[in-house]
Amino acid sequence: MIAALTEGISRRAALLLVALLAALILAPLFAGDYLLTVLILILYFAYIGQAWNIMMGFAGQLSLGHALYVGLGAYTAASLYVHFGIGPWLGLLVAVPVAALAGAFIGFLAFRFRVAGVYFAILTIAVAEFARVGFDHLSWTSGSSGLFLPVKQYAHNDLWLLRGHPAMFYYILLAATVLAVVFCRALLKSRVGYFWLAIREDEEAARSAGIDVFRYKMIAVVISAAMTSFAGVIYAFYYNNLFPEQVFHISRSIEIILGPIVGGIGTLFGPILGAALLTGLAETLTAALAALGIDLPGAKQVFYGICLLLVITTLPDGVWPWVAKRIGLGSRSK
Amino acid sequence: MSADVYLNVAVGGILTGLVYGLMALGLSVIFGVVRVVNFAHGEMMTIAMYIAVTLFTAFHLDPLIMLVPIAAVMFAFGYVLQKRLINPFITRPEYSQFLLLVAVAIIVVNLLLIAFGPDAQNVQTSYGYDSFQIGPLIVDATKLYAGVAAIVVAAALFGFFQYTRPGTAIRACADNYTGALVVGLDVKHLYALTFGLGAACVGAAGCMLLLIFDVTPAVGPAYTLLAFVIVITGGLGSMPGALIGGVLIGLTEAMAGLLFSPSAKSMFAFGILVLVLLFRPQGIMGKRTAS
Repeated sequence: MIAALTEGISRRAALLLVALLAALILAPLFAGDYLLTVLILILYFAYIGQAWNIMMGFAGQLSLGHALYVGLGAYTAASLYVHFGIGPWLGLLVAVPVAALAGAFIGFLAFRFRVAGVYFAILTIAVAEFARVGFDHLSWTSGSSGLFLPVKQYAHNDLWLLRGHPAMFYYILLAATVLAVVFCRALLKSRVGYFWLAIREDEEAARSAGIDVFRYKMIAVVISAAMTSFAGVIYAFYYNNLFPEQVFHISRSIEIILGPIVGGIGTLFGPILGAALLTGLAETLTAALAALGIDLPGAKQVFYGICLLLVITTLPDGVWPWVAKRIGLGSRSK
Repeated sequence: MSADVYLNVAVGGILTGLVYGLMALGLSVIFGVVRVVNFAHGEMMTIAMYIAVTLFTAFHLDPLIMLVPIAAVMFAFGYVLQKRLINPFITRPEYSQFLLLVAVAIIVVNLLLIAFGPDAQNVQTSYGYDSFQIGPLIVDATKLYAGVAAIVVAAALFGFFQYTRPGTAIRACADNYTGALVVGLDVKHLYALTFGLGAACVGAAGCMLLLIFDVTPAVGPAYTLLAFVIVITGGLGSMPGALIGGVLIGLTEAMAGLLFSPSAKSMFAFGILVLVLLFRPQGIMGKRTAS
């Protein structure tokens, strides 16, 4: 199994990978509080981007509503904690099935009737928006006034209840991202992965080759939703407050998918690079505008939008394939 | 509540729905011909709404009178946007087009935020509080004017596509892209023309909607979503479908606001969308082959 996973990785790629991993493991020792927050944000988006990429990059199904799975994961785990004192790791056992069911519901609606492409994308937005307004009116989760997790000063990090220093969240997200990359690579090398790529490239051809298209699209959406909900649980316990207006909003869904698109759809490192670039860009813009003394709400987003435009018009396949070529890693080791 | 209240709210919802329909018509025309989903549609409408607000505040020009010049400005905006920016993307995958238009939307929303600030703005016309009474029915003047104007603009667009040469040429492009190239049509120009017309539609709809609702830079994405819901409900690519979908959604929102809570109204619009995708994925007026 391990031999199969490492097969096809060049020596150069392996060295770079180990160096990157070592740097990431050591980073919290040197990074200040601010930098650590930024790194957590990057890993958070890298992880979700990886999950989203399974649906879009591998199976070719454009989801514009991944905030739904983040929100369901976050709200399920947080409600269980607030109402019954059930910790996040046990809550995960409920949160993941809830999100997977939601994914299965959307997939069942769409794939049974061959709702595809734009129609499918709009359906995913619609369900997420439905959930947003629904949670706004759901009193069990305090509706639009927000759900808050109790915050206290903790003398030590409580890994079991996820209460403690940001560095703890950093390492959890780092582990999750590494596992996600390994898992995605294993998927790509498996039978399922090849079926997905066939469906992505030409659904009709895949069907006539005997692939159960409905079944494999369902598998993609369920895995993606389940993985995404884990990030939601972490989100809830990291930020300690949840508002439907923020968690389920369409702009959250867009944020999630910008990383993989900018990084490179369907590649393993695209979502990570994209998350790093975009989060880095946003933070740099904030710092630069502050240094220039420009205090205009919206100015940062205008620059951000312009940068997105530049990337998509100059590197339509994403940044990672371009970078991979530059550092001497062919497309083979993606 | 008496039956009159329901009837009044229903009529108001239908009239607002006609304006929604015109907004969605722009999206439908663009998708039907250019096959690009305009994810910056609502944002384009807010541009028109801000032009109208500015003209009203500065010169007291009525949005309904300024509708034609504002639509012309939006036409030019749409034409240039398609020709310069979107045209290279028409053969690219959907996510690529999506990212491009999302970037445009982000830029538009935040430029408006810089220029006009985050506060809601509206126009106070002299007929803002007028209403007509027909038997037990009370109709707001603003909604009536807006609804009638929406029908007039939509009818003009139908006429353009049915009876003029460019209109026929655009329909030819939509039916058969290769065929249109073979007979020597300037497809690039016609696509830009179509995008311009879609932008003009949504610009005109913005002027009308300004009589009914406030505008803030942040409402753009909500209207983009609403336009999608309407177009898919009515049937992507179907012009009558967009208007019918608009009326249906306008009516649903109005009734949901009355019976439940105004803040929950968009939930019902999305609920209708899910039902349509479940039972009639091609939309009310759409053909089976649409997807």
